[in-house]
Amino acid sequence: MKPFKLSTVLLYLFLILGALIMIFPFYWMITGSFKTADGINAFPPNLIPTEITLKNYRFALETAPFARYFLNSVIAAVASVSICTLTTILAAFAFSRLRFVGRVRIFGMLLAMMMVPFEMVVITNYRTIVQMGIHNKLIALIIPFSSSIFYTYILKNFFDSIPESLYQAARVDGCSNWRYLWRVMVPIAKPSLYTIVLLNTIASWNSFMWPMLATNSKNVRTLPFGLYTFVTEGGARNEIMMAASTIVVLPMIILFLVTRKNIVNGVARGGLKG
Amino acid sequence: MNLYAKNLKNPPFKKRIEPFLYLLPFTIGVAIFTLYPIVNVFILSFKENYRHLTGKYSGFGFANYRSILKDPYFIQAIQITFKYVLIVIPFAVALSLMIANLLNQKTKLSGLFQTMYFLPLITSVTAVGLTWKYMFNYRSGIINFILNLFGLNSVNWLQDPNANFWALCIYGIWSMMPFTIILLLSGLQNIDPRYYTAAKVDGASSLRIFFRITVPLLSPTIWLVVIINTISAFKVFNELFPLFAGPGIGHNLYTLVYYIYHQFRGLTPPKYGRAAAAAIILFGLILIFTRIQFLIQRWNREIHGEKSK
Repeated sequence: MKPFKLSTVLLYLFLILGALIMIFPFYWMITGSFKTADGINAFPPNLIPTEITLKNYRFALETAPFARYFLNSVIAAVASVSICTLTTILAAFAFSRLRFVGRVRIFGMLLAMMMVPFEMVVITNYRTIVQMGIHNKLIALIIPFSSSIFYTYILKNFFDSIPESLYQAARVDGCSNWRYLWRVMVPIAKPSLYTIVLLNTIASWNSFMWPMLATNSKNVRTLPFGLYTFVTEGGARNEIMMAASTIVVLPMIILFLVTRKNIVNGVARGGLKG
Repeated sequence: MNLYAKNLKNPPFKKRIEPFLYLLPFTIGVAIFTLYPIVNVFILSFKENYRHLTGKYSGFGFANYRSILKDPYFIQAIQITFKYVLIVIPFAVALSLMIANLLNQKTKLSGLFQTMYFLPLITSVTAVGLTWKYMFNYRSGIINFILNLFGLNSVNWLQDPNANFWALCIYGIWSMMPFTIILLLSGLQNIDPRYYTAAKVDGASSLRIFFRITVPLLSPTIWLVVIINTISAFKVFNELFPLFAGPGIGHNLYTLVYYIYHQFRGLTPPKYGRAAAAAIILFGLILIFTRIQFLIQRWNREIHGEKSK
């Protein structure tokens, strides 16, 4: 066995310290959610809860409709991600394989539009959904996200990397575009699609600004905004706040632990839409 | 190929409209929720005396721009936003660079380290922001406890108008790091390992290797993360709600996006014209930075091109 070098030990110490800082808020949130009122306000703080209670969860679930918020978040995420994935596949295929007038120019315009911040279009989108009469309805959290230039761009790039000769061979054999897309392109692009779905799900689950604008009644709120109103309107105590926050974060933590490699690769390739 | 080309020259009607059928669902969404708002906000920003209920306005001009540029809150918003960018970006990028460099040296447990470093990527600003609020607590917060351990006085992070900006920055750096580390790490993995082998044979110190090999070869990626992070830092907004339940004490954390939001959602009657003008200014800032990124990329490519000759 090699003897430990001082530099290796220092390297590990630094990395471990950094990792602990990155992960500490999650540890603090989850342990805090099980602490009693005395335990959470103790100073010096208890790194490990001395007394464990489930009361905070019961209190949070009883005072605010977190089950409803959770369901709304799931509905909004599943619906917007499925619709968006479908429109993305169709558009990416058209831009990658089909030939039509103005294809390059249109795609260039779309790329330029990608630079426009969401915070700018939000002004008009807010009025659009009011005029459409879907303000304060769950569908207002779904249809503005029914198509995404960003994901279309990512998928189009992947489609471009599939050899064109494959497409021509299939066309010679009389395979329709539709059949080729679903039988050849989509199966090959599965890892890419999987990453897009993951990133989109995370973005939808965590979105805060749009739900804050588009919804105001309790029965259509999603988790992040529901959590925020629960804390500000109720003046929730720390331990209750941590229990409610854990409810919001836990599904994404589980998703991350299971799919870490895909998420990290996706972010490394395309960046996260922030 | 010939067959394909022949088809292209004189395609039947059905073939010609087929691409547009594929594009239709995508286009509807983009047209209503991206293209229309861009045009609309642009026009709105020039409409003078716009009444949002009747849609009437007196004419086109720069009144909205003049009015926000004279608004002390807007000037303050610009100042706070730039200050935030100038503090958060250097720290986040420098720290991320150090950690990415360490993570890149094949350590055991790298999967575990990745999980720990990248976990903040997937979390909701609201939930994690509230946790930080609890950590920043004046009396029982763990951050003040750690300061006390080192003999420092407690800081009233959330209620002191001189300290809350720093709380926002600390949170900003923490939340920016995972994304930055990932991009830098993938940049590092693209560096040819032969450079390092050669340097080691020559007996270069690891500090020298870092500054003479890693940083120059990584500079395109470093610039990329600086630009992407700067653009996202310009839009600092969501964090204000969980941490401070609004723009700080006496509006001292009134950022650019908060200003936009406040103009059309916080005022009665809403001032859509001013919100639009402020949004166009934000967009202008982002365009400038994207342009800089583009120029740097080209400049980098030219330097590399000369070297390879």
